[in-house]
Amino acid sequence: MMRLRRYWPVAAGALALIALQAALSLTGATYYMTQITMSAYYALVVIGLCLLMGYAGQASLGHAGFFAIGGYTVAYMTTVNLLAYRDTGLVRALHSLGLVVQWRNLYGAEVLSFSPWPAFIAALVLTGLIAFLIGMPVIRLKGHYLAMATLGFGLIVYRVVLGTRSLGQADGLSNVPPFPLIPGLEVNGRAPFRIQNYYIAWVMVLVAMVLAINLVNSRVGRALRSIHQSEEAAHSLGVNTYRYKLAVFVLSALFAAVGGALMTHYNGSIGPSEATVMKSVRYVAIVAIGGMANLWGALLMAILLNFLSLRGVFGTFDDAVFGAILILIMLFAPQGLLAWKKGTFYFFARRLPDKARESEKSRMSPFSRGRPHG
Amino acid sequence: MEMRFVRILGVFVVGLALIGSGCKRSAPTPAEKAPAEKAPTTQLPAAKPQAEAAPIKVGAIFAITGPASFLGAPEQKTAEMFVEQINQAGGVNGHKITLLIKDSGAKPETAISLAKQLIDEEKVLAIIGPSTSGESMAIKDICQEGKTILLSCAAAETIVDPIAGYVFKTPQKDSDAARRIYETMKEKGITKVGVVSSSDGFGVAGAKQLAGLAPEYGITVAISETYDKAETDLTGVLTKLKGQDVQAVINWSIVPAQSLVAKNMKQIGLNVPLFQSHGFGNIKYVQAGGEAANGTIFPCGRLLIAEVLPGTHPQKQLLLKYKQDYESRYKEDASTFGGHAYDALLVLAEAVKKAGSVESEKVRAAIETLQGVVGTGGVFNFSEKDHNGLTKDAFEMLTVENGKFALYTKK
Amino acid sequence: MNFPLIVQYGLSGITVGSIYAIVAVGFNIIYSTTGIINFAQGEFLIIGAMMAISLYQVVPLWLAIALAVIVTTILGGLMEVVFIRPVRNASVLRLIVITIGLSILIREAMLHIWDEQPRYLPYFTGTESSTIAVFGAYISLQVLWVLGVSAVIVAGLTVFFRFTLLGRAMRACADDRMAACLCGINDRWMVTLSFMLSAGIGALAGCVISPVTLTQYDMGAPLAIKGFTVAILGGLGNSMAAVVAGLLLGLLEAFVVSQFAAAYKEAVAIVVLLLVLVFRPTGLFVRREIGALRAA
Repeated sequence: MMRLRRYWPVAAGALALIALQAALSLTGATYYMTQITMSAYYALVVIGLCLLMGYAGQASLGHAGFFAIGGYTVAYMTTVNLLAYRDTGLVRALHSLGLVVQWRNLYGAEVLSFSPWPAFIAALVLTGLIAFLIGMPVIRLKGHYLAMATLGFGLIVYRVVLGTRSLGQADGLSNVPPFPLIPGLEVNGRAPFRIQNYYIAWVMVLVAMVLAINLVNSRVGRALRSIHQSEEAAHSLGVNTYRYKLAVFVLSALFAAVGGALMTHYNGSIGPSEATVMKSVRYVAIVAIGGMANLWGALLMAILLNFLSLRGVFGTFDDAVFGAILILIMLFAPQGLLAWKKGTFYFFARRLPDKARESEKSRMSPFSRGRPHG
Repeated sequence: MEMRFVRILGVFVVGLALIGSGCKRSAPTPAEKAPAEKAPTTQLPAAKPQAEAAPIKVGAIFAITGPASFLGAPEQKTAEMFVEQINQAGGVNGHKITLLIKDSGAKPETAISLAKQLIDEEKVLAIIGPSTSGESMAIKDICQEGKTILLSCAAAETIVDPIAGYVFKTPQKDSDAARRIYETMKEKGITKVGVVSSSDGFGVAGAKQLAGLAPEYGITVAISETYDKAETDLTGVLTKLKGQDVQAVINWSIVPAQSLVAKNMKQIGLNVPLFQSHGFGNIKYVQAGGEAANGTIFPCGRLLIAEVLPGTHPQKQLLLKYKQDYESRYKEDASTFGGHAYDALLVLAEAVKKAGSVESEKVRAAIETLQGVVGTGGVFNFSEKDHNGLTKDAFEMLTVENGKFALYTKK
Repeated sequence: MNFPLIVQYGLSGITVGSIYAIVAVGFNIIYSTTGIINFAQGEFLIIGAMMAISLYQVVPLWLAIALAVIVTTILGGLMEVVFIRPVRNASVLRLIVITIGLSILIREAMLHIWDEQPRYLPYFTGTESSTIAVFGAYISLQVLWVLGVSAVIVAGLTVFFRFTLLGRAMRACADDRMAACLCGINDRWMVTLSFMLSAGIGALAGCVISPVTLTQYDMGAPLAIKGFTVAILGGLGNSMAAVVAGLLLGLLEAFVVSQFAAAYKEAVAIVVLLLVLVFRPTGLFVRREIGALRAA
């Protein structure tokens, strides 16, 4: 039962969410839920990236690419109209299995496309596969070479979605239908479903957090931390560094894909703007400011910054804000604003000046049990 | 333990404060920096003096920054200027207009979030914009379901086809532009053309129209190539066209490629007529092309040659006034892009006047009955089946002579 | 394809290739002295061009360009002093992330100071239509300027690094910072100097290509990525190789355009980048062993 103690932040988070929803409903301000829900889906990407960057120590400047792969796969499969092929054997087989359904879109047109669940599974499988294939060679690279490779990957995804006709090119894909998770519960951006979707999104996030916390405190997590501290030492202890880094890479990609897929259903559309370098940089900035190895910090910052950005609070300085955040954090607080002293590992801890090293003495060893710092 | 709590608490408080400021802030940031003379764009209080009616809230989503800023920035400026003029003249049927401008940065997901904000929170009567087709398609359903009128400033035909009752658009049709180009080519006896287009939505849509309509005019598209819109050198692509011995080149893109094509063509010795799209609507592009731009032929709204229109032309007065007002206020050349926002507001104002009400359903129905509305893009005639209102006569064929726009005349 | 057409493609390839080469050289100067990859490199070109364009309205062209280069050089130095130098003992990745943030900020600042309109310098000689024939192909006169200026920059840098005291001091720093320090070289100022030098040649390059490509506030990032690809292709730290690699990439792109759809041109650079990073991260021209030491 001691183990359950590590989940108290999750319970606290759940309570806070319920309280927030009640407050918003009572004051009639439920429209804020739109931005909060969207921020939740972005937060999924951030959580995955936090695991990758903070715990496994791998920089990724292309995570928006995985978000886009998840979103576009789902969008394409649920909007591609196979009506013309209705009588072919393959389509009929799919139809009988229930994978392909016929429905009517907002303009009264009949559409025969994949139903959302198969599309979702396909998105996850595809993203996992791509992440695995990309990760295999790329994880071997060191430091900034890895960052550049992931940047290149993000660029390729952007170019592919921008250039492919069936993916809508510059206009993206729209008219994406809602996603019925279970009968009665669906991911849908329309106003009557607002509260429902608020909870769906946040349950997803909390589940992701539980997964992440579990991972961090498990054997895999300890292996990761040891890799982060010193790859050579971990290697000499028999830790298969390559395999663990690859695993985290794929996992973080999957998190991003889930975020992308659900967000696409929520928004009803997706465009190439979700795959740009700027988006990847945003995710990195959020992880940086939240604390590289601080899951809750990253989550908090993800909500805050995305909420403000989506509401247009930053106005015409939207990109500039994230650029400034990156610089300021890297200059003054590379461990993030919310990193707490105990049990954290600074991403760049190895090279911090003396002042920070002092506080390192009070740090608990990453190999001990105890307070989760996730 | 305590330090940690204090830190988390501190960040929470700061975060809440920021969120709080984010919630209250429904006024647009670019307009907030405006000098005092501009019309109030923050919410007016509900109670008013007896003579004034309740202000109409109109939202606007423009791509003021980002890759489509050449569209969004003039649209934003035009919208602010026009609303101010309307308000100074007493408003529409006595209602002043409160304009809430948002910057989407040409990102559809931001446009969605802003649209929902405008519809659910601000409960606007109508949304002007967005500037790009991708964003417009993303919020089309939202506006339709939210029963909020959308007057898009984007060009894609799919915005109004299939028709959604609440969704309209003001820019001219791409297909009409293509038709005018081909008509002119036919007159000149051109039968073999090369098409170069940019990889963005506008270029792709244009290339599609050109490919589809060519057979109707007996023209063959010998080669059609796409280039990246941020391309800095097009000699490679144009060399390919040269190799095909085309009789004319059609370029369908936005800046800076438009000027580049003109220059590169001259530089590699491809001396055939160059036709551009209606995206060529700014004298700056001509200047950037220098003398290589002379002789370019393109269809365009009449704004650019307003001075040489015959005095009896219905659009002349409006165009001259808009041009003068815009140029004197913003010290930059007026472009046809800003005109789309002007037309959107004009259509809305006319519909409110005609409906005599500010209920969205009534205003929406009124738009569909508008006939003969003189705008910058052309003369609008809406109907239930036509939510764009313009035909190919909205275009005038223009050319460039000595670095200035001029009417194209058959030679 | 006939001969003039091949020459045409070749010239087009060399033109863009020389632009990439200049950006790559800028990357290399900073990289070899500090190990940092400066993502704001592309912005230097644009700032230089924008400033020259604004200054051109009040002073003659050559003076505008000279002033723009000087101001950008100072800006580069300031950037290093304010943002890079204070970060002590930081990992390279952290500094790279800082340069990413800087490139974003500079871009947004340019958007708000100038605006989104594309601008341009006038052609140095001739006009937009002037062209000369080379082996049956036609190119603009400005292209000769681009090639010429690039060659002069590379030659000048070679002379600087090989024959001047300052240049050799910088090279010493690049080889082994500690040893250079021991020799009395002020390594901190060498770093600043490397930034200033990169900024300066970037600004000059930006000015010379402005008539050909136009200058828009967001052109910096794509240029930086291409330049970076070229720098890696040639081997980080090796300027001569960067020039060759730049021309190579330019020719490769022209070739792709000639044979396949022009839409794939952009993909070429990225595919090359990934291939190089995965299979030969030390670049084409660096011997493996040396590269291994460097990459560690």
